[in-house]
Amino acid sequence: MHISHGPVGCGQYSWSQRRNYYIGKTGVDSFVTMQFTSDFQEKDIVFGGDKKLEKIIDEINVLFPLANGITVQSECPIGLIGDDIEAVSRKKNKETGKTIVPVRCEGFRGVSQSLGHHIANDSIRDWVFEKKQSDYEAGPYDVNVIGDYNIGGDAWSSRILLEEMGLNVVGNWSGDATLAEIERAPKAKLNLIHCYRSMNYICRHMEEKYGMPWEEYNFFGPTQIAAALRKIAAHFDDKIKEGAERVIAKYQPLVDEIIAKYKPRLEGKTVMLYVGGLRPRHVVNAYEDLGMIITGTGYEFGHGDDYQRTGHYVKGGTLIYDDVTGYELEKFIEKKRPDLVGSGIKEKYPVQKMGIPFRQMHSWDYSGPYHGYDGFAIFARDMDLAINNPVWDMFDAPWKKAA
Amino acid sequence: MPQSAEKVLDHRPLFRQPEYQEMLKNKKEKYEGGHPDAKVQEIADWTKSWDYREKNLARESLCVNPAKACQPLGAVFAAAGFERTMSFVHGSQGCVAYYRSHLSRHFKEPCSAVSSSMTEDAAVFGGLNNMIDGLANTKALYDPAMIAVSTTCMAEVIGDDLHSFIEQAKGKGSVPQDYDVPFAHTPAFVGSHVNGYDNMMKGIIEHFWKGKTATPGTKLNIIPGFDGYCVGNNRELKRILDLMGVEYTFLQDASDNFDTPSDGEYRMYDGGTSIDEVKSALDAKASLSLQHYCTPKTMEYIEGFGQTTASFHYPMGVRATDELLMKVSELTGKEVPEALRMERGRLIDAMADSQSWLHGQKYAIYGDPDFVYAMARFVMETGGEPIHCLATNGTKDWEAQMKTLLASSPFGKGCQVWAGKDLWHLRSLLATEPADFIIGNSYGKYLERDLKIPLIRLTFPVFDRHHHHRFPTMGYQGALRVLVMLLDKIMDVMDDDTNEPGVSDYSFDLTR
Repeated sequence: MHISHGPVGCGQYSWSQRRNYYIGKTGVDSFVTMQFTSDFQEKDIVFGGDKKLEKIIDEINVLFPLANGITVQSECPIGLIGDDIEAVSRKKNKETGKTIVPVRCEGFRGVSQSLGHHIANDSIRDWVFEKKQSDYEAGPYDVNVIGDYNIGGDAWSSRILLEEMGLNVVGNWSGDATLAEIERAPKAKLNLIHCYRSMNYICRHMEEKYGMPWEEYNFFGPTQIAAALRKIAAHFDDKIKEGAERVIAKYQPLVDEIIAKYKPRLEGKTVMLYVGGLRPRHVVNAYEDLGMIITGTGYEFGHGDDYQRTGHYVKGGTLIYDDVTGYELEKFIEKKRPDLVGSGIKEKYPVQKMGIPFRQMHSWDYSGPYHGYDGFAIFARDMDLAINNPVWDMFDAPWKKAA
Repeated sequence: MPQSAEKVLDHRPLFRQPEYQEMLKNKKEKYEGGHPDAKVQEIADWTKSWDYREKNLARESLCVNPAKACQPLGAVFAAAGFERTMSFVHGSQGCVAYYRSHLSRHFKEPCSAVSSSMTEDAAVFGGLNNMIDGLANTKALYDPAMIAVSTTCMAEVIGDDLHSFIEQAKGKGSVPQDYDVPFAHTPAFVGSHVNGYDNMMKGIIEHFWKGKTATPGTKLNIIPGFDGYCVGNNRELKRILDLMGVEYTFLQDASDNFDTPSDGEYRMYDGGTSIDEVKSALDAKASLSLQHYCTPKTMEYIEGFGQTTASFHYPMGVRATDELLMKVSELTGKEVPEALRMERGRLIDAMADSQSWLHGQKYAIYGDPDFVYAMARFVMETGGEPIHCLATNGTKDWEAQMKTLLASSPFGKGCQVWAGKDLWHLRSLLATEPADFIIGNSYGKYLERDLKIPLIRLTFPVFDRHHHHRFPTMGYQGALRVLVMLLDKIMDVMDDDTNEPGVSDYSFDLTR
């Protein structure tokens, strides 16, 4: 269970917006689509909120007895007023035996949400790993999927492929994850990392501390999926390698059908992207599999290593931008006039008003999954329906056209 | 393999296919380490008991699923109702992304606002430099007629003084001395978005009125308050006022800004109250607030100029509309025209036609204080019975006013008022004392799922249904629409309940 620790807004605006799918009884044994907040008032700012936090944890234990753990996600005021959420977490952990994780993710820290990822990774390292005894012993094919948030079920349409090739996904971070999955992670054989930007830190830690290898992979579009399955399989024996080939062969007819259906409708269409995490590069080949052309891409919170990796994906002449303002993005789009823009909710409506088709590429525009072969079919369908909807042809009033 | 190009399955059907069901079952059994199903069911049942309700209502510190947002959201919404005005929120950057996305998700429209993007150094040294650069950049990039400054909790905690900062920024040439930069302190840890609306409205009005004297004229000022249905409502109210032949100024009107056309041009700004209109609003005959709890400071400030004022609680429903029209008539001397009497009569006609289906229906109503007041009142006018009225941002005054309202009608007798409670409280209340329908916003869908009580979405935010806000809920026409929303849900539920062939479909009536 995650507490937005501070005033009500942060938790309220982010409540249920990421579409991290999960199976469970919400409010009973699962708590993803709920908003828990300490709803700070002026007196909490003046006198400090540590006592309130203690009380909140007590109340959670009464009302939500099946919550296995709590994270305390601090908002701006917590760091500014000098609350000691670590001390409260330690104390309450001792009292209750439950995992309690303080996360120092105040919004003013760092230049973007990227530092929040790093802080969250570190908090798992410091407050979850090695805290509990586990009798789990890894089998030879046990892997973790790291950096898949299960947006619209992405982690599920990925997991099915990994399992079909003979691997066991013993932990999924952090979409549809349970605490047990996080806790056992360091004992698995291999970390498979999808969103490098947000979770490379914990993979590097597990590599250093536990000698655990990690491999980046990309499950967007058939070209990358096949390459990824082979790359992953290379870490294992022939059984898994054969498994990977079997999976690729099994889905090839589906891929052929999808491309036969959608490529003629999408070929040559240009796309501009502006998103976060891994997508500005990871989805490039998925579009190309459909015959589409990426003419611009950029990261909201990319680092140098992201741009270095982007070079491997995009073609020469692609416009690449970093942390653009609304103004800059609008000007780029006006100049390039792509056939499709993929970005977020804040960009969606301005772009559509300009008469340019748009897909939200954070939330998959309430569709998805887009990962894996099953996801590629949905991705292709969605790009087609965005671009080829008749509404884009009716922007001009006919009498104005004639004039 | 369930997927095919011919019939592409997305998440809804895809994960219900046997391959995925098997996979998820396997994940649960082998890796999740969850609680036994029987235990989960036991706790699930317990959360719907009276015992749980008492423990839940005893909660003092934890807030779960609140029905309120924070002050700056209200400030950004308020500023969006003025011509070519850019909201500038002083503080951390993430907050501004939140307000923009929250409003965009409801209106399905662009929402622009900028941030002074304060980070660690600003936390130590204050955000003056961010203000200086930020105002200059805002003006240069987005060419606003004015910049309305509000604050996130970061700026409030470190004590940045907007008045002084803006003066200093102007002194350093950030923006010209005579450029309009109204401001409001909007701490997120005080009140809610309705207070943020109030503070920004007062800030803007004060900026233009301070030090001046009023010369009462003939126009009315209309202050709509924080209203997610402003697009439909403001336009409807203007139609009504035009029918009455009244001169008026909407002080804050986001109806065009949040409803721009798709014709190839992206308008960052559209419509809204102009600076000249704000200035001349000082010389109005009277100011009317349509939402009392959105405007206490604003109305107090306006009263200080000797202006006549009146406040309403979201004029939705028959008598609430009657009162607004009569007040407008009283203040302006204009009679309520026959056309509006006809509209009223048609609404009453519709209510009479449908009264048998509405009478005795029990409702739980939640939302902002003025909305809940209006909704409860209208429900009682239809013969319905509010059972629970809840406002997370409701004050003691609101609670008292609600109780007076409920006591005024036999249909309000069984109703309990819950000020300061959240939607997890409401879950317990409805599990133990159920209603037939819930009236609220999109967040209510979780209550609908858990308690199997149908939800009627009638207030902000509505994320999961489209375009409702484009139609009015205020005035007689608005009431008619609200009436149809209630009736549609009531009759859909009846159909769903009677559609099993050979079992319940004897009641599956064609005509009702």
